[in-house]
Order: sequence, then C-alpha cells, then structure tokens
Amino acid sequence: MASVSDARLREMAQEERAHALGMTTEQLTGRSMFIEFDPEAEERFTYPWAPEVDFNKRTEFDSSEMSSTEVNQEIRRLMAEGFGTIVIQNPRGKHSVGVGILSRLNLIVEGSLGYFATGLIDGPNVRINGRVGWSCGENMMSGTIVVAKNAGSTFGAALRGGDLVCMGSVGSRTGIDMKGGTIIVGGDTGAFSGFMMQRGRMIVCGNAGKNLGDSMYDGTIYVGGEIRELGVDAVPAELNDLDRAWLRRKLIQYGLLPERGVDHFTKIVAGKQLWNYDNLEPSEKKLIL
Amino acid sequence: MAGTQYRGSEIKDVDQFIKDAQGLESEREREIGQHIGYRYDVNLVPDYARLTPFLRKYMEVMGWDDLNWLEDVHMGYEEGHAAVFDRNANGWIRVPDSIALPDNQQDRDMIARELLIKFQMSDRHPLVSLRKAYMKF
Repeated sequence: MASVSDARLREMAQEERAHALGMTTEQLTGRSMFIEFDPEAEERFTYPWAPEVDFNKRTEFDSSEMSSTEVNQEIRRLMAEGFGTIVIQNPRGKHSVGVGILSRLNLIVEGSLGYFATGLIDGPNVRINGRVGWSCGENMMSGTIVVAKNAGSTFGAALRGGDLVCMGSVGSRTGIDMKGGTIIVGGDTGAFSGFMMQRGRMIVCGNAGKNLGDSMYDGTIYVGGEIRELGVDAVPAELNDLDRAWLRRKLIQYGLLPERGVDHFTKIVAGKQLWNYDNLEPSEKKLIL
Repeated sequence: MAGTQYRGSEIKDVDQFIKDAQGLESEREREIGQHIGYRYDVNLVPDYARLTPFLRKYMEVMGWDDLNWLEDVHMGYEEGHAAVFDRNANGWIRVPDSIALPDNQQDRDMIARELLIKFQMSDRHPLVSLRKAYMKF
C-alpha cells in the first residue's frame, strides 16, 4: 500500500509486511478479474526492477576457475553496471549457468554447459556455442536460446514461453510438460517428446522417437522427418497456410529451413480424448469402480 | 465412460463467449453446468501483418525478431467480458469496456498483447508488491 513507506516495510517481519501490502493467505477462488487494464498506461518495455543495459556495451570473462554461483553472480554484477552483451569464456560444462535472468541481455557462452543451463530466464537472448546437458531452458518464460550443437534429455522441460533452439539433435522427453513457447530441433528428437504437452509449439526437422506427444493436452508438434510412433491421444492434423507461413518464418529466423521447404512437415495435435476437466468426473469414477 | 471422447463445444464466433458467458452448448457441458476447454483457440498463430507499432517497438527493445512469448497470448473471455490471462499474476485481467473490440480474433490478440505488456511492466502489477514482501536477495 502506498501509505506504508519502504523504510517501515523493511522493519516488519515478512508476514506483517505481506499484510501491510494488502496480501492475505485466503483462498484465491473467485478473485480472478479483480484487476482491470489501464487504457492510459504508459509505454514501458522492461520490468520496473530490471537493470538498464545497453546491447552495445560488451564485456567478457573467463569462468574456468569459478563456481556456477560465482558465474551467475558475475553476470548480475555486470548487468547492474549496464553491460548488455556478456561473453562467458571456458564454461567447462558447468551446471545451472545463466539461470534466473529476468531482463533483456545478450549472453554468449563460448563452450559447453551442463544441466539446467539458462533455465528460468525471462527476456535474454542466449547463444551457447557448444553442447548442453539435461533440461536446458527449463521453465524459460521468454527470450531466445540457441544451442549450436547437441542437447541432452528433457530439453525445454516445462517451457512457458520464448524460443528454445537446438541446431543438432536432442535426447528424450523434449518439451515434457511444456506450457507455451517454441522448441526447435534441427536434427532428431528422442522418445516421449512432447509428453504431457499442454500448450506451445515444437518443430523437429529430423526424425522423432517413439511415443511422440504422449498424453498431450494441447499444443502443436511439427515433424519434418519420420515419426517412429505416436503416443496416446496424439493425432495428425492438416497443415494449413498459417502453419506453413509460421513454420517458414521461424525456420528461416534460425537458419534451419530445409531445402525442400515446409510442405512435407507432419502436424500433430491432441485428440482431446484425455480431457477430464469436469466436476462430475470423480463421482462418476467412484460409481464405475 | 469418462474421458474417452471430447465432449466440449466448438468455437464458432469471435463474440460467442461475450454473448454466452456460461458457454454451455454441448450436452455434457449442460449436464455438468461447466464449460469444457478454452474459450479461444490457444493454437492460433499470430498474423504478423497485424502487428501494432507498440509491439514492433517492444520486439526491437528486446532484440527479438518476432513476438516471442507473446505468440501464446490471446484475448480470452471470462464471465462475459474480454480478458487476458496474466501468467505472472496467475489470473484473468479484465479488458475495460471503453476499449472497442475489433471484429476478429487476430486483431484482438494484438490488443491483448499490448495491454498485457504495459500492465506487466507497470508499478500497478501485483509482482511489484510481491517482490517487496517476499524477495530474499
């Protein structure tokens, strides 16, 4: 609340502070639509707390003797100084590097990273000139990540938004539980890709392993090569003109447009046979069982 | 048996859920008193010919070649009103009645994206208070 000063808030215990700011722990049911957009809102493009960075202000550092935490702290320190392009040299396969960056930034990694690389990001453009381990871009909110070589399993797990691109091939369970955004794979993807996908789009230029799109609730998967086997409730759909235009644009953007274009891509969507959303389901199941 | 076929209704008209707030069209929806599924096409890809100047500027500031995460943002319909789901607030934010809605979903989606960005980046957004209350570092 505006009436409570920041100095006073700092003196409070967390619970007291939350109440002073108008937050409660009551059920949120029915609280949707509480807020209305302000048609006169000013034009702003970054979060109020985001550091002011300049893409033309570039720096680099050698991470060979640093821990993952130290690398992440160094990125934050450089962003606070206004650097908008940061190059990390000698990452040596470190895990969880570049996670939780919530503003615009060009981040370039000269080498390979381990697991959970650049997860939980909201805004940056990341280029990884090497390979990555499991779960690259996990829970990514927005921005772009381009991996120059291959990636491990669960690439883009629980992705929420943004473009996650692997120029090579990826392991199994790509885009598991994804809830938005776009995953692009230049090569092949392993088994159970798109497992429990709920929203968003996945493009695989090569082949897809077995159980593609298993238990997907929504979203779209485009495959340029062969599909070994579709999963439960994943069904082919017709590729329309909007799909073709979107596919062509996205693939050109990342230099992955095949010579023969996009007409040969197979489109996979949810059959919606697993939609058990209604209130009566539990009582009906009880009756049946 | 439950869950063996899609039992929701189809979206036929852009104003369908403004005229019919409850959206109970299929037999199953009427039976359970609940709309099944989204009230808009979540898989509709944006038509870039309809970009607004604000969205073009946003893409330029962020260094993106396209709408990026905003490709998944659509104008939805809740309780008979146009609204946009804000993932950061985890709730529907209502579009004021003073904003005239175009007659097609593509243009409505562009308005939704613009409103959402302005709201998320403003001091009015609940995340601003949440950060004050709970941020640890």
